[in-house]
Amino acid sequence: MRKTVLYSALILLSALFIAPFYWTFMTAIKSTAELYQFPPVFWPSEWHWENFAAAWNKQPFGTYLANSVIVVVLSTIGQLISSSLVAYGFARFRFPGRDPLFILLLATMMIPWDVKMIPLYMEFNLLGWINTLKPLIVPAYFADAFFVFLLRQYIMTVPMEIDEAARMDGANAFDIYWRIHLPLMMPALVLVGTFHFMNAWNDYLGPLIFLNDQSKYTLTLGLSMFKGLHEVDVTSIAAITVILCLPPLALFFVAQRYIMDGAVSSSVKG
Amino acid sequence: MDMTYAGAEPKVARRKRSAIARYAAPYLFISPWILGFLFFTLGPLVFSLTMSFYDWPVVGVRSFVGLDNYRSMLFEDPQFWESLWITVKFAAIYVPFNIVMSFLLALMLHHITFASGFFRTAFYLPSVISGVALVTIWSWIYSKEYGLLNFMLSFVGIKGPNWLGDPNLAIVAIIIASLWGLGGTMLILLTGLKAIPKELYEAATVSGVPGWAQTLFITLPMLGPMLLFTFITSIISAFQQLTIALLLTKGGPLGSTYFFAMYIYDNAFKYFDMGYAAAGSWVMFIIVLLLSIAVMRWSAAWVYYEGEVRQNDGEHNA
Repeated sequence: MRKTVLYSALILLSALFIAPFYWTFMTAIKSTAELYQFPPVFWPSEWHWENFAAAWNKQPFGTYLANSVIVVVLSTIGQLISSSLVAYGFARFRFPGRDPLFILLLATMMIPWDVKMIPLYMEFNLLGWINTLKPLIVPAYFADAFFVFLLRQYIMTVPMEIDEAARMDGANAFDIYWRIHLPLMMPALVLVGTFHFMNAWNDYLGPLIFLNDQSKYTLTLGLSMFKGLHEVDVTSIAAITVILCLPPLALFFVAQRYIMDGAVSSSVKG
Repeated sequence: MDMTYAGAEPKVARRKRSAIARYAAPYLFISPWILGFLFFTLGPLVFSLTMSFYDWPVVGVRSFVGLDNYRSMLFEDPQFWESLWITVKFAAIYVPFNIVMSFLLALMLHHITFASGFFRTAFYLPSVISGVALVTIWSWIYSKEYGLLNFMLSFVGIKGPNWLGDPNLAIVAIIIASLWGLGGTMLILLTGLKAIPKELYEAATVSGVPGWAQTLFITLPMLGPMLLFTFITSIISAFQQLTIALLLTKGGPLGSTYFFAMYIYDNAFKYFDMGYAAAGSWVMFIIVLLLSIAVMRWSAAWVYYEGEVRQNDGEHNA
């Protein structure tokens, strides 16, 4: 009896969370006639797959996609390398200033982006990076506090004896990082890569502030501009939205195991 | 104090290594973060603090004005107070709802076994997308004539309002759209629930403690550290609220969703008054900092850290 109530509530609530996705997809694939029917059409009589291609060709979305892919791929590589190196440094060495530096690293997570947004704009302007993809890529090569924390927690669960055995065999500190910890960290790296991919792919404010030319737009910026110009072209906006949602959703399903497993707990427990 | 690699190592190898390599190695490993901290965090912070004491247009002559930016913001700019008030209102509703709903969902998921993976995924899915896609989706749900929400309301005999056109409702619409993304918070709390030792509940049940009391006196205190963590991150993200408002309502109608972050953004990138905007961002930083400290102080009363002494685990002294 209690279970029945619980499951009924869960089904209803999960429907609320999924319905918007369903609705967007159906909006994208409906005919124009069915779009403005009332009561709304929940199951279209015809599926217009060509709506996707039509929407895609209304603006240089191919260029936007290419820019998004460049940003996401290059920044993810940077994030994985830099954050894992820093995490290893904090996890496996003792050195003067380690603990204060680590606390400083944690404290940087509390700084609102708004404080950094204006000076960063000026800084990148000075470097001549405005209207290039560099501001969206380069900072990822300098480690992210949250990811360092997450990876450090992970390295700490690996017994020290493994490092010591490798050291006996003549491995230096970098070998131990490269040949032992990096492979062992794989689940955590998948998690970091997934989270970073999603952040970079979904980022709107960064591209909005740092990019001016249409030829430099990422997909999120392209969609928002498209939406501003063609407010009434609901089908196309929905189609692009669906396309925009697909990569993170696909990645999520692939990496789900790592996201749902204990990795989250290691990130929160001190 | 031994500054070498933390593990034990043979004496010969230790002597062989040059002093430089010995001291430099850890700093080399953490150098990406140190450089990033200098160039992308500390530098910008110092820069923006400096800017906040200047009249600093993007092009043209800048002049030192002391505390003038702060003074005119606090005493002569009604938009500062209005946008701050809207943000506080938003945070005051969003933060508790985000945590309580995440907690209840996590609790429900924790009590089922069949199809728990499916429901967990369903609740987390909206967090995977965000920003622009989320806003486009919700702009149709809220649409007055063709929107999904008003259609649902018509079933129960309510004539749906113009969600995004009504100054009182627009902020509610933004809160609901933001809460759609509570999956991350829920996941953290769910992981926390799974980590609570079963023996505690078994012992309580044997002693005849009723279920609701177990939730109140075992679950909540044991979940304390994670609740605190989600509390603080929720506050920070509530104060930074910009993307949804920028795209869904553009601050309107009648400025009813003109958040504090949008006020800073407009001053910087619409009016190009960088010094004034920098001052605004420091006001936000200070508010967020004070709130976080207040929450942490207050939490000392209800957060229970299991095994407080777990420093330096996973490492030995050489």
